[in-house]
Amino acid sequence: MRRRPSTLRRILTTDLPVAAIVLVALGPFAWMFLTSVTPGDRLAAAGVAANPLDWSVEHYVRLFARTSFAANMGHSLIVALGTVVVGLSVSVPAAYAISRFRFPGRRVLMLQFLLVNMFPVVLLILPLFVLMRQAGLLDTHLALILANATVAIPFSVWMLTSYVDGIPKSLDEAAMTDGCSQLSALRRVVLPLLAPGIVSTGIYIFITAWNEYLYALTLGGRSTRTMTVAIQTLIGEYQIEWGLLSAGGIVGALPATVLFLFVQRRLVGGLTQGAVKG
Amino acid sequence: MTAASPDLALLDGAPRRRLRLLPYAMLSPAVIVTVAIVFLPMLQAASMSLYDLVLWKPNATAFVGLGNYVKLWGDPVFWIALGHTALWIGLTVPLQMGLGLVAALLLAREFPWRGLARALVIVPWALPSVVIALMWRWIYDPTIGIANELLLRIGLVKAAVPWLADPDVALYAVVATLTWQGFPFFAVMILAGLQSIPKSHYEAAAIDGASPWRQFRHITLPGIAGVLATAGLLRIIWVANSIDVIFVMTGGGPGYATYTLPLYAFVKARQNLDFGYGSAIAVTFTLLLAGVVAVYVARTARERAR
Repeated sequence: MRRRPSTLRRILTTDLPVAAIVLVALGPFAWMFLTSVTPGDRLAAAGVAANPLDWSVEHYVRLFARTSFAANMGHSLIVALGTVVVGLSVSVPAAYAISRFRFPGRRVLMLQFLLVNMFPVVLLILPLFVLMRQAGLLDTHLALILANATVAIPFSVWMLTSYVDGIPKSLDEAAMTDGCSQLSALRRVVLPLLAPGIVSTGIYIFITAWNEYLYALTLGGRSTRTMTVAIQTLIGEYQIEWGLLSAGGIVGALPATVLFLFVQRRLVGGLTQGAVKG
Repeated sequence: MTAASPDLALLDGAPRRRLRLLPYAMLSPAVIVTVAIVFLPMLQAASMSLYDLVLWKPNATAFVGLGNYVKLWGDPVFWIALGHTALWIGLTVPLQMGLGLVAALLLAREFPWRGLARALVIVPWALPSVVIALMWRWIYDPTIGIANELLLRIGLVKAAVPWLADPDVALYAVVATLTWQGFPFFAVMILAGLQSIPKSHYEAAAIDGASPWRQFRHITLPGIAGVLATAGLLRIIWVANSIDVIFVMTGGGPGYATYTLPLYAFVKARQNLDFGYGSAIAVTFTLLLAGVVAVYVARTARERAR
């Protein structure tokens, strides 16, 4: 029998160092949370309040009552969901084709999607701005959805391909021997098995689009101002209102963070398997 | 492709051709959209870089050939930004990797709250860049930010440091932020790599009396070398490309102290509306980055083929 290392030793060599790492990862976020619940007058005088008895929700109340933050979250939601729909609807068939067929040009197409992932956003922002202006799409949700799709499509094609690869080919072949066509084999056999992969990919697209900033700043405007752009407008005119700003940060970051924590295990599995983009 | 019913097509002589066309039909939406929103804009960027194109002054647009690139060569800000880009990659990626490696080694051990710890450590990864940038601006706040407060309290600095306002410090302050943002990615990737190393290797090494350090050097490191290389390349590309955090934190300032190449391109276009010159910077930067991208793509394609 192996000797079990003592609990004390484990705490010293593992639990405490891990706690330190977790503190590094969460510390800044915790600091922002404390700021958001510290009353404004106290913040300037004595700094953040660590004692829950001193906390207040005044910044949150002001955030929703006095600013358009709720509407901005709505714009973010429309853009993020739109990107998910566009991204998934073109990527699922593409991933299936790449995974299941061997055809001339397959490698080139695959590499093309990988390559697109690597292009600097700044290279695309300027021409997209010009093109969207010519098309009269500036300051529309569609413009932001299309722009976000530049990131979402190549990424999800790549990620979904590895999910489809994980579904044994023998399953759709069996369905086809039973009389299914290739397309109905896709619909009846592969799609249901792919559902978890589609959900994780969709959630990842959602998170990325929700958090996106540069496209929203450049191609958006008054009627499409997303959360990430709006949050900066919470900075006061003469002095930065850290309380309000951090309340906005907490609320704005919450949807993506909660989703991420919710599905992190599967998401991380898919990402590291594909080792493509995180 | 014609839209005949696929089930019927299988019955007559058409199935072979259908099967040959099917993958292209399935790929075409993705390809068409990508061409429209990525490749066309890229060509547009390349062509814009050949013009003296200042937006809102469309009548003054003139073809200048490689003029913008010649101007770039003599532009001191370009060289400053290029140097910062190199410095910034050279610092951030190794720091992220180091911290990620430590985190991964710890998280691979057995302890009761491992699942929770693994979930919490990746939180920075899920946060919006804008929130990260504003959060760290608050942390670096010269009067009541926590960075100064902590350092003053433990006596590491004598007076409050104006982190983002001091040109000599600002770049490093931003590097610290990016390190924090990116280390979870490495932790997760390395953790996956660690799990693929068979336990029996360690057991055999322990029986042979190999010290933990030797085990790390001869089993762990070779086992995760591939992951480190792939994740490192990918990170170089992302860190090089990322401008949102730095744009919100410092806007490139003070002066040009935190300018990087993509940021320079963005600021040039955004503030001066000089799309021609901005595009020239962006194209140059993309060409410089292309080498790293090529290595990464070749690596990934090879792994896929296996």
